[in-house]
Amino acid sequence: MSAASQQFKHDAERLTHDLRHRLLIQTALKKYEVARDSKKSRYQDWQSARQTAAEIKWDAVNHLDTYLEEFASKLEARGAHVHWASTSEQARQIILGIVREKNARSIIKSKVMTGEEIHLNEALEKAGLTVVESDFGEYIVQLRREAPYHFVFPAMHLVRGEISELFEEKLGSKPTNDPEELMMIARGILRNKYITADIGITGANFAIAETGMISITENEGNARLTCALPKVHIALMGIEKVLPKLEDLALFMPMLATAGAGQALTGYNSLYAGPRQPGEPDGPDEFHLVLLDNQRTHLLADAEQRDALHCIRCGACLNVCPIFKNIGGHAYGTTYQGPIGSVITPHFRGLQDWKHLSGASSLCGACTEACPVKIDLHHHLLQSRRNAMARYPVWWERLAFKGFAFLVNHPVLAGLAPPLARVAQRFHPLIKRTPLDPARPWTRSRELPQVAKQTFKEFWRSRKR
Amino acid sequence: MKITLFIPCFVDMCYPHVGVSIVQILERLGHEIDYPEELACCGQPAFNSGYWNETRPIAERVLKRLKDAEVVVIASGSCGAMLKKFYPELFATTAHAGAANELAARCYEFSDFLVTRLGVTDLGAHFPHRVTFHDGCHGLRELGNKKQPRELLAKVRGLDLVEMSEAETCCGFGGMFSTKFPMISTAMGEVKCTSALETGAEYVVSNDASCNMHIQGLADRQRLSLRTIHLAEVLNSR
Repeated sequence: MSAASQQFKHDAERLTHDLRHRLLIQTALKKYEVARDSKKSRYQDWQSARQTAAEIKWDAVNHLDTYLEEFASKLEARGAHVHWASTSEQARQIILGIVREKNARSIIKSKVMTGEEIHLNEALEKAGLTVVESDFGEYIVQLRREAPYHFVFPAMHLVRGEISELFEEKLGSKPTNDPEELMMIARGILRNKYITADIGITGANFAIAETGMISITENEGNARLTCALPKVHIALMGIEKVLPKLEDLALFMPMLATAGAGQALTGYNSLYAGPRQPGEPDGPDEFHLVLLDNQRTHLLADAEQRDALHCIRCGACLNVCPIFKNIGGHAYGTTYQGPIGSVITPHFRGLQDWKHLSGASSLCGACTEACPVKIDLHHHLLQSRRNAMARYPVWWERLAFKGFAFLVNHPVLAGLAPPLARVAQRFHPLIKRTPLDPARPWTRSRELPQVAKQTFKEFWRSRKR
Repeated sequence: MKITLFIPCFVDMCYPHVGVSIVQILERLGHEIDYPEELACCGQPAFNSGYWNETRPIAERVLKRLKDAEVVVIASGSCGAMLKKFYPELFATTAHAGAANELAARCYEFSDFLVTRLGVTDLGAHFPHRVTFHDGCHGLRELGNKKQPRELLAKVRGLDLVEMSEAETCCGFGGMFSTKFPMISTAMGEVKCTSALETGAEYVVSNDASCNMHIQGLADRQRLSLRTIHLAEVLNSR
């Protein structure tokens, strides 16, 4: 068992018994569901919208080479620097290179999950820089020195009292239970950081090939300040974020808002197309875009699961996932939690270490149903299990299933199962729930069904006579 | 019509009354039942665990035995999904692909068979209880059987259906998942039971005995006043 798998089981054990955590997350996501459904009902036909979105992403992902080049060349034509990073190490070095060249001391960041993916903050801090997250949720988890809990709602596991205590401890503020006051405490500190930061780092929700623009969606206005105030803007994005046309945003922006947060449209949606142009009053002097592969092309090469690159990181699959709702985001130990994370992490970080994630699913399919771009998520988890067992079979499990298949295909042997089970059932109470109990994983929390006095086969035979 | 019945392994052993109810209902409707005793299992436990090569011999035997069946009725949404949806995937690009697709077209989950194929919703059943319906994930999302069981329940005399808020949420069974990740599975089951209890229903009705096994197993351990029952048993009550 990999270390990641052990950690996962350990954390899942703890969190599934934490009823306060369960109630907190499920209550929050109930509210999300109500809001999402009310916004979904504004679409003339949500299913057609999903289909259209899936087709646009299919086109984009299956012609990624052409769209990326078109996007990059349009952006470069306006004076932007476009960098191509194959690995997270390359991406970090590119960004550190820019930082050194500019003699930067402080950095302001808006929410960028690819930054989490490549552990950018750690690299920047190690190089002696001050890094401040400006998204409210990200700011909170940064103060707590922990990873985002959910890639859309990074601090959803915390209640106001905990945030107030954190601010009291780290920022010396007065305790308060008022969300607006808490926001104002953070804002008071952050406003100054935007002005003094040498570099602003953002992600990108979409990249438009046709016009060479990136689109950033946010609710707090922090990304706009991060882009507008520092002299240098660095955007880091995965290569799969490209969309062919500007008009595609007319569908993708509302869809991202509705599926992701139950909003009709997110508060701020901004397009950026390079540094300040001659005659323009504002914008950064320099604009760098880092395109990150980091195993995305590995996923692209997998025809079966390629559609996982359609993902627009809305988080809808997490919000409906009964696994996520019971273990929360941190237990996954991944940058991208929930069903989409369980599909892509084995591609990004290795199947052997992360194959347990596909096993940790009841394959209920709620994720696939919720996905606005129709990624076949739960079937990919099933395929992942198959791929994992083909490459790293568990010898005793394979033997057991071979034995099982043999039994099933030999009716005389299979016919022995009910009488044997009846005998076993008699003696089972002696060892039930003890370490000797072979059914312990089940019986530790549930009762086993009883073998019937007359099985269906026995009923059928008795009728034939 | 001659109907071939597919009885899943655990229904045969632990929930035979589900199969008995199906036989009695279909015979009352004037159909002839064929039950291939030699088919013990659809192979789903191996398939869902990733052991597709080990699953194929089981599935091949099912394909062969059901080759000439006019229609196949399956007493479980989950095993129904296995035959109808996953066999074609399991045999895609093999010599059995055609046979798997043909069989899939002739397979029906029990409630879907009654409503969609036979066009029957009123079976003259009488079940004077307040119930809530649990949608098994495979039946619901792989096979799309949302309306069928409810149309059938609507015609049962005396029955009062109260929907629970988490009707479509997985009960946490998930086959081998329930023993590989028992803590998550159990937590999911608790959410399900809480939601079912909120309705004040006497029974949780489902068209999947495997979900019932999980919900009942948990309810019994936690001494919750919840009783599970299969849809076929409700429809066979008079």
